[in-house]
Amino acid sequence: MGIAARNVTKRFGDFTALDGVTVEVETGSLTALLGPSGSGKSTLLRVIAGLERPDAGTVLLDDRDVTGLPPQERGVGFVFQHYAAFKHMTVADNIAFGLTIRKRPKSEIRERVAELLALVQLSPFGDRYPAQLSGGQRQRMALARALAVEPSVLLLDEPFGALDARVRKELRVWLRRLHDQSKVTTVIVTHDQEEAMEVAERIVVMNEGRIEQEGGPQELYESPASEFVMSFVGPVNRLDGALVRPHDVEVAIEPNGATEEAMVERIVHLGFEVRVELVRADGAPLWAQLTRDQEQELELAEGQIVYVRPARATVFDH
Amino acid sequence: MRRYGLRTFALGYLVVILLAPVAVIFYRAFEHGFWPAWHAVTTPDAKHAFLLTIELALIAVPLNTVFGVIMALLIVRHRFPGVGFVNAVVDLPLALSPVVVGFSLLLLYGRQGWFGHWLIAHGYRVVFAMPGMVLATIFVSLPFVVREVVPVLREIGTDQEAAASTLGSSGWQTFRRITLPAIRWAVGYGVVLTTARALGEFGAVSVVSGRIVGQTETLTIHVQAAYEGFDLVGAYAASVVLALLAVATLVLMTLLKPKEETR
Repeated sequence: MGIAARNVTKRFGDFTALDGVTVEVETGSLTALLGPSGSGKSTLLRVIAGLERPDAGTVLLDDRDVTGLPPQERGVGFVFQHYAAFKHMTVADNIAFGLTIRKRPKSEIRERVAELLALVQLSPFGDRYPAQLSGGQRQRMALARALAVEPSVLLLDEPFGALDARVRKELRVWLRRLHDQSKVTTVIVTHDQEEAMEVAERIVVMNEGRIEQEGGPQELYESPASEFVMSFVGPVNRLDGALVRPHDVEVAIEPNGATEEAMVERIVHLGFEVRVELVRADGAPLWAQLTRDQEQELELAEGQIVYVRPARATVFDH
Repeated sequence: MRRYGLRTFALGYLVVILLAPVAVIFYRAFEHGFWPAWHAVTTPDAKHAFLLTIELALIAVPLNTVFGVIMALLIVRHRFPGVGFVNAVVDLPLALSPVVVGFSLLLLYGRQGWFGHWLIAHGYRVVFAMPGMVLATIFVSLPFVVREVVPVLREIGTDQEAAASTLGSSGWQTFRRITLPAIRWAVGYGVVLTTARALGEFGAVSVVSGRIVGQTETLTIHVQAAYEGFDLVGAYAASVVLALLAVATLVLMTLLKPKEETR
């Protein structure tokens, strides 16, 4: 097992950040810790890295108990949301840091840094300072720095959280490709379900210091174990005590037995996707996700009365 | 127009409050030419006072620099009971009159003092000797490095240090390679202020020194003694030396600071 955290508890004063969490991450996999802020996902990552000491529980890296070891003896690579660039060093020196600490020969360091600069597409920027790079470039530098020491485990704490949407999307794809090449056991912390689903092959959903559910992206989306997971991994409508995905809301012009009346309040065009915001007879809001073609076929207009029906609804016991 | 009014006011204030007194000192020192002033500051007593002042600064500044950085790290990076108390106590020398500091040292280390009795019985002189003056100088110049470094440490946060530790860096290596470079300008500025304070100290050192000419007389005490003895040229000339030392400290700092990092 690449990473195993068992019964980990961590408190900050009165606040319980982690409440007896057990997680296993297979060697060579890419796992996402997904949850809202305050769910304990970052704390768990920091406990794995040794940056936080757990109040109870054990951490194993490659089946070695590292619970009592400081971060520098764990062989992990860590990437921070705000880059944690060494501002007084050039990009090349940043990347070389771990190797310099290990007193590797100069020629070897130079070679390895050049290799890594090429890997993260920063070859022309080796002599620059972090302040002269864009956010995306800085984060790629941080990733190269973490990879330089060939960690057994790569831990990414909201690595794209501080970047704008377009760069974030690019880096996700790039990270996925990088992982496919390097096969380093990787854990990425994120609050963005789309990011988790796009990048990770396995997702651990956390809430209030506990694990809600673990599974592949499809599994989580199609068979969520709780209301929390269902509403966190995708948008939902609440319909008579059941949860319905917006793309499972069928919209028709004519009533059809099981359908309910609703009024079109607003139509939002998002390219391929069309969001139809509706109000039901009892005043409850609801929205349906249609394709552009569906919407055009129905010839919807704002203020129009339509008939809706959930194609698929999920009910959770409380 | 209002902008010019403000500028004139600010400049005028500086001239009246800061520059005029210093200028008068220079004028008075060299009123009768360069040589009388030169002779006044090259008497054996004046030279001794000068060297003693430098010596005190050379002891107090490194100690307070090391202590200041350690203290700042404790205050910012460690959570322990009483950290707030430590943080407040560091400012004590700024609030307490130096004369009071001098007297408290007398009370502790003097012949009748708590420690003084034992120390003197065992042949150690603290008061009216070098150790007492060192203690007084350290006391009054203690807060500056701490006060300069604390806000910078807060601002840089712990991410860089955490990153270094995950990359295999030990605590000391992280301090040397990451923390220290990040706070170096704050430390430098703290050192300048500490030096200036140590060189210019009068009250506390004056009380514990006993003001023995040629032995425990620092440059500031020498100025006072010369003035009281109607040796006005001597007093002004020694003042000029003190002013030049202060200017030299500031200039040295400016020269050390590379251009790119003036932000």
